[in-house]
Amino acid sequence: MRRVTESKDKMEKTIFNVQKIREDFPILKTLVHNKPLVYFDNAATTHKPKVVIEKITEFYEETNSNIHRGVHLLSQKATTEYEAAREKVLNFINAKKLSEIIFTKGTTDSINLVASSFGRAFVKEDDEILISHMEHHSNIVPWQLLCEATGARLKVIPINDDGELIFEEFEKLISPRTKLVSVVHISNSLGTINPVKEIIAKAHEYNIPVLVDGAQGIQHEKVDVQDMDCDFYAFSGHKLYGPTGVGVLYGKQEYLEQMPPYQGGGDMISHVTFEKTRYNTLPYKFEAGTPNIEGVIGLGTAIDYINSLETGTIYKYEHELSEYAHEKFRNSFPELKIIGNAKHKTGIISFILEGVHPHDIGTILDFEGIAIRTGHHCTQPVMERFNVPATARLSIGIYNTKEEIDYTVNSIKKVFEVFG
Amino acid sequence: MDQELRELYQQVILDHNKSPRNFKKMEEANHFAEGFNPLCGDHIDIFVSVDENSVIKDVSFQGNGCTISKSSASLMTTIVKGKKIEEAEAIFDNFQKLVTGKDLSEEEIDGLGKLAIFQGVKEFPARVKCASLAWHTLNAALKKEDTSISTK
Repeated sequence: MRRVTESKDKMEKTIFNVQKIREDFPILKTLVHNKPLVYFDNAATTHKPKVVIEKITEFYEETNSNIHRGVHLLSQKATTEYEAAREKVLNFINAKKLSEIIFTKGTTDSINLVASSFGRAFVKEDDEILISHMEHHSNIVPWQLLCEATGARLKVIPINDDGELIFEEFEKLISPRTKLVSVVHISNSLGTINPVKEIIAKAHEYNIPVLVDGAQGIQHEKVDVQDMDCDFYAFSGHKLYGPTGVGVLYGKQEYLEQMPPYQGGGDMISHVTFEKTRYNTLPYKFEAGTPNIEGVIGLGTAIDYINSLETGTIYKYEHELSEYAHEKFRNSFPELKIIGNAKHKTGIISFILEGVHPHDIGTILDFEGIAIRTGHHCTQPVMERFNVPATARLSIGIYNTKEEIDYTVNSIKKVFEVFG
Repeated sequence: MDQELRELYQQVILDHNKSPRNFKKMEEANHFAEGFNPLCGDHIDIFVSVDENSVIKDVSFQGNGCTISKSSASLMTTIVKGKKIEEAEAIFDNFQKLVTGKDLSEEEIDGLGKLAIFQGVKEFPARVKCASLAWHTLNAALKKEDTSISTK
């Protein structure tokens, strides 16, 4: 009996915390079609806590100046805050050195940086790049561009009917021509959590570097790049409760040093003449031009915010909520089918309703105040693999509640009322 | 149901979604085009048979899409069949105005006939592309001949 009470207390504490967290996000008070917003499109982008919004305003009102440029006070202040954010990222993902943290526009930009720059340094005709069948278009197309330019080939690790990567097939696809493995940490359309540590260990047996697309990974799991031993890790700020237009590429120094600059411009040089330019040191070699200064600083504040909530508690709460949502959805309607049933899954539920197109589900739920994503989620090969044109996708964030899940399942009834 | 939703999902639209007209491949078509909506993955094939007087003798479609895109394609086939190409193009122009909320004269609305039921779409900017995909694809099909259609 005591146990039951204990766990109940604990649950109440978690629920209490969620209500407190909800208070931190001003947008959650918005009404959509006169109904309270129920936001389940967190895999597309997350909302921003007040501290992040205020930090960005404060930057423009009190600091705004270019970085690494001026001797004046505001420029120094901006530079200090920008570089402090780099340190926050370093600690958040447990990187070894600041030189290994490069600020980009987002995950897509980070992957393109590697495809272009690592590609120019290491990939040539008949080499192979290995990706998986569940990749987002942003981890497919940059490699196709590289293959077109170099004559290298793209190889694809198949997935099973539950949406899990087939590890034995991955092992078979590794060859002496494999130059890089690039896989998603957590699938944005299936919710599958990939065994990235095992994938990396296997690839390293053959000295093949691995890039991990962490767009959906960074906000749902503790990422320790040293423990994971990935060679590159890419993620976006806006999916981590930070601003849009800013992201990170973590890269091991041994690779970054050998890679040529991605873009040329200001800040990435140490000396320019018309005959020859010497490049700046890492990480500045990869940060050409004036960066998204307020974005980087805002991302730093988002990381502070997440750290203030204790990451362990967030991941646990999200996991409980995800289990609850899966259970609810599985036992909801006979016409509802979940696409992606991996053993290790995060709070992403892609589903279809027999006889109803996902767009129509999306429009009807929108009228109930519920925001979900409908479409192919930039993973058309996944849609083809499961023979569906599109899915409706619910994706969980730290501010979602069990009540919202109940409300959503209940609202799906309205879809049947229209199309029944 | 909410009024705006009812406007969007009118009975005729739901009916065309459930039992789309001219939903088949046409072997004898002499015009063909494939249409994609890259945002959502909707896909439509339009088959047209045009005679020597530029009259649309027959038109059919196949593909995947939401209620709005499917019923729009279905209704479109029933409307343009028997029309001259330029007449079909004029209807498309007015249909585009209708779903994007542009002003139409009474005469133009009359000319749209049954298609006027798509006026609810203008309240849903994200669905305008769904409603016009079939029309854009028809337009593309009419602009080029495709004799390879029967082998496709």
